[in-house]
Amino acid sequence: MTEDTQARIAETVNAHEVLLFMKGSPLFPQCGFSSRAIAILEHLGVEYGSVDVLQDQGIRQGIKQFSDWPTIPQLYVKGEFVGGSDIMMEMYESGELAELMQKAGVTAKAA
Amino acid sequence: MAMAADEIVVLIRSGIPDADVEITDLAGDGDHYAARVVSESFRGVSRVRQHQRVYEALGGRMGGVLHALQLTTAVPPTE
Repeated sequence: MTEDTQARIAETVNAHEVLLFMKGSPLFPQCGFSSRAIAILEHLGVEYGSVDVLQDQGIRQGIKQFSDWPTIPQLYVKGEFVGGSDIMMEMYESGELAELMQKAGVTAKAA
Repeated sequence: MAMAADEIVVLIRSGIPDADVEITDLAGDGDHYAARVVSESFRGVSRVRQHQRVYEALGGRMGGVLHALQLTTAVPPTE
C-alpha cells in the first residue's frame, strides 16, 4: 500500500517538468504557503502541474516520506525535489529559481 | 496547538549545537513563526539538506504542532 503510493508519486513527479504538491488548486490555494508557491510559479511564467494533497490522504502522507520533507507545498523540477515555499522564495528572489528552470529547459507558459 | 519560541530554539540547538537561532513571532499568537538558523555546519551543504537538518532537530513537530514556521538557513559570513 505504502510502496504503491510511493510508486504512484514517483510516476506523477516524472510525468511533469514542473510539479507542485500543494493544498488546494492553483486558482484556490487552501494555505498561505501554497498560495505563495503558486504566485512564484506564475511570476516565473512556466508551465506547471499541481497535485492537491487535500484530495488524497495517501499522497498527503506519502509525499512527506518521498522527499523526507515534512511540509507542503513541495516543488519538483524534472523529477528533482527543489524545496518548499521558503526555499522557493529565497531562490526566486536571488534569481536561482529562474536559472534552474532555464537550465532544466522548462517550457514557458503560453501567453 | 502552539509552541513557545524558546522551546523551538532549544530543540534546534539540541540538533545543531553551534546554531545561531533567531525566532520572530510573526502574528503574535505563538503559532506563526519565522526562524533564521545560522550554522557553520551548513557550509557546503545543499539548502534542502540544511532545512532537513533543522526539521530533524525539531523531531517531527514540523508540519504537526508547528504548522507555520518560515525557515531561512545560512552559513556565518567569513571574516
